[in-house]
Amino acid sequence: MKNDSYSKGQLNALVLLRLFIGWHFLYEGLIKLLNPSWTAKGYLAGSSGPFKGLFQWLAGDAMIGAIDFLNIALLILVGLSLTLGFWTKLFSYFGIGLLILYYLAYPPLPGWEVTGPSEGSYFLINKNLIEAAALAILVQFPTASYFGVELLFKKKLKNNPTT
Amino acid sequence: MEDENKLSRRSALKGLAGIPIVGGALAGALSESLSAQSQKEKILNSLNISASPPPPVGSMSGDPIKIGIIGFGGRGEHLCRASGHATRQWLERTSEGGLKAFKDQENLNTQITAVCDLFDVRAESALESFGNNVKRYRSYQELLEKSDVDAVIIATADHWHAPISIAAIEAGKHVYVEKPMTHNIAETYALRDAVRNNPKVVFAVGHQHRQTQSFLTAQDIIKKNILGHISLIQANTNRNSDNGAWQYHIHEKASPQTIDWDQFLGDAPKIPFNKEHFFRWRKWWAYGSGLSGDLMTHDYDRVNCVLNMGIPQYVTASGGIYTHRDGRNVPDVYQVNMEYPGFVSGERNDKTRGMTLVYSATLGNQHNRRTILMGNDATMELGNSLTIYADPASKRFKSMIEQDIIEGGDAIYSYDPAANAMDGVTSATSKYFADKGLLWTYRDGKRVDSTFLHIKEWLSCIRHGGEPSCGIDEGFEEAITAHMAGLAYKIGRRIEWDPAKEEIVAMPGEELDRILLADTENIYHGIMNPASVVETMG
Repeated sequence: MKNDSYSKGQLNALVLLRLFIGWHFLYEGLIKLLNPSWTAKGYLAGSSGPFKGLFQWLAGDAMIGAIDFLNIALLILVGLSLTLGFWTKLFSYFGIGLLILYYLAYPPLPGWEVTGPSEGSYFLINKNLIEAAALAILVQFPTASYFGVELLFKKKLKNNPTT
Repeated sequence: MEDENKLSRRSALKGLAGIPIVGGALAGALSESLSAQSQKEKILNSLNISASPPPPVGSMSGDPIKIGIIGFGGRGEHLCRASGHATRQWLERTSEGGLKAFKDQENLNTQITAVCDLFDVRAESALESFGNNVKRYRSYQELLEKSDVDAVIIATADHWHAPISIAAIEAGKHVYVEKPMTHNIAETYALRDAVRNNPKVVFAVGHQHRQTQSFLTAQDIIKKNILGHISLIQANTNRNSDNGAWQYHIHEKASPQTIDWDQFLGDAPKIPFNKEHFFRWRKWWAYGSGLSGDLMTHDYDRVNCVLNMGIPQYVTASGGIYTHRDGRNVPDVYQVNMEYPGFVSGERNDKTRGMTLVYSATLGNQHNRRTILMGNDATMELGNSLTIYADPASKRFKSMIEQDIIEGGDAIYSYDPAANAMDGVTSATSKYFADKGLLWTYRDGKRVDSTFLHIKEWLSCIRHGGEPSCGIDEGFEEAITAHMAGLAYKIGRRIEWDPAKEEIVAMPGEELDRILLADTENIYHGIMNPASVVETMG
């Protein structure tokens, strides 16, 4: 950690970004967890793009149970990691992985129409990709030992370097 | 020391500051899902819909039921598979999923002991696939004489449904006949008499959607008067493929040597051997019944199994051959209005009475128009899944709309037994049937072939007694309605049903069956005149 070399403003902005993304993941995960009839089946089965075969396979009876479980578990874990501030680097990678899968399920590519309403207009870049890029920043500029559970462990390590 | 304490207090704060944030997200998610849940419960408690249990069926144990199959084309093969018997060719060509579904299908304890098909290739395929016990008979009469046939499945061209059914019933065989139940008016009465005179015979018409879970749920919705008074129902056919327009494959081995042409014709006009007529018989009134008997009957019976509205009092129809001018004489665009002036649903009052069932069909476009039942309180969209939309002006839902529990016009109830199942449907025609709830349904969350359930119900009635869900009375209503629709199209006038006399009202000199089956398109295209048909054919 090179927290000492960041200005306070830079650190706070990074923490804010981390908390916002963490909140977003956590809330998405919790809402799905609390709705017993939620499933990604429709989302995956409706996939449009060069990888739709893969996503439709994931939507199949054999896979969908595990996919729903993994999706909810990862959303919540990434959310907890970023909000509480532990293992943020590892879980940011998981978050990037999830977001890239969401991106690939409906990539905003010319020639791949997405049916249904969309809240914006996208070409190549959409909000999933931007959030993935923001997580890449959090990987490069970790802040959990400045603001987060890791801070407590860092102090302990400092106090007792042999443990 | 004090500084260190201060520092560690601050560190502790910064270290644990995430916890209230997590708490905030959790509280938000809980309150959101609880409020959604309570809205949902309010709506569901108010509607109180529960799916009726499927028709009861008994055990399949005991001696196997020996089945003769009469008509072993595409549908005949499917009905045999539903009974547990697949051809070698099908087992080789079917998908992995299809094979698994077939192997997982419950054993209905049947044997195919006899087959009658007029095309050698099909009859031989049955002989080759169904083992040594199966024998081929050149005519259905021969087959019906055999003591090792308990029951017959009839999947011939339409013009053979009733004659073979009647002969089978009189020979004491149980009958499962494909829809439409009959091909003309006279035989509809004759078949009903035959069934009534032989109460030991179990007679079923092949409207397999009566097993579909969403239709059983719809029956409960009607019983609980959720839609209010239903004044209009729309049912549609939209297909746009060769297969959907009955342009079936003509087998390369078809010839006068491999097909018993004279027997195929039966009472139909005598014409020379014609492969197209044999394989694509649905395109001619002489053997089939076009959209009215072939596809409208599905939609009619789908609605009749939910509403029990019976035979319409008046029927008008229009249409023509607008996409497939290939020599067929049945229409490919067809609109039928079936009027029920006495129909009452919902709360009875002086103002609400009467309903129109509109069937609108084209074989030149496959835009999916759903079946909808429109009441003054709500609209129900009905297929393999089911959705109810509250009407913004509904009296029943007025207070819920005012309390913002529901929004008028929005879906308030959705029943989708397939919510957790993935359905891989590839061909357009299969998709058409699947959407209508005609291909499969769900039992305990598992996908089941509805034809299998329908056959099982018939076999259960044979073993244990009971009435099939689509028996002679339902078949009679289906057939008469289809014939009225056919006549309305051909004559171009409103056709009336006289419920007291139980007959279709004919004008003096009109021979309705002749008009119905005549080799003509319809009157207002200048192609026929009913009077001249009576003269030339009489």
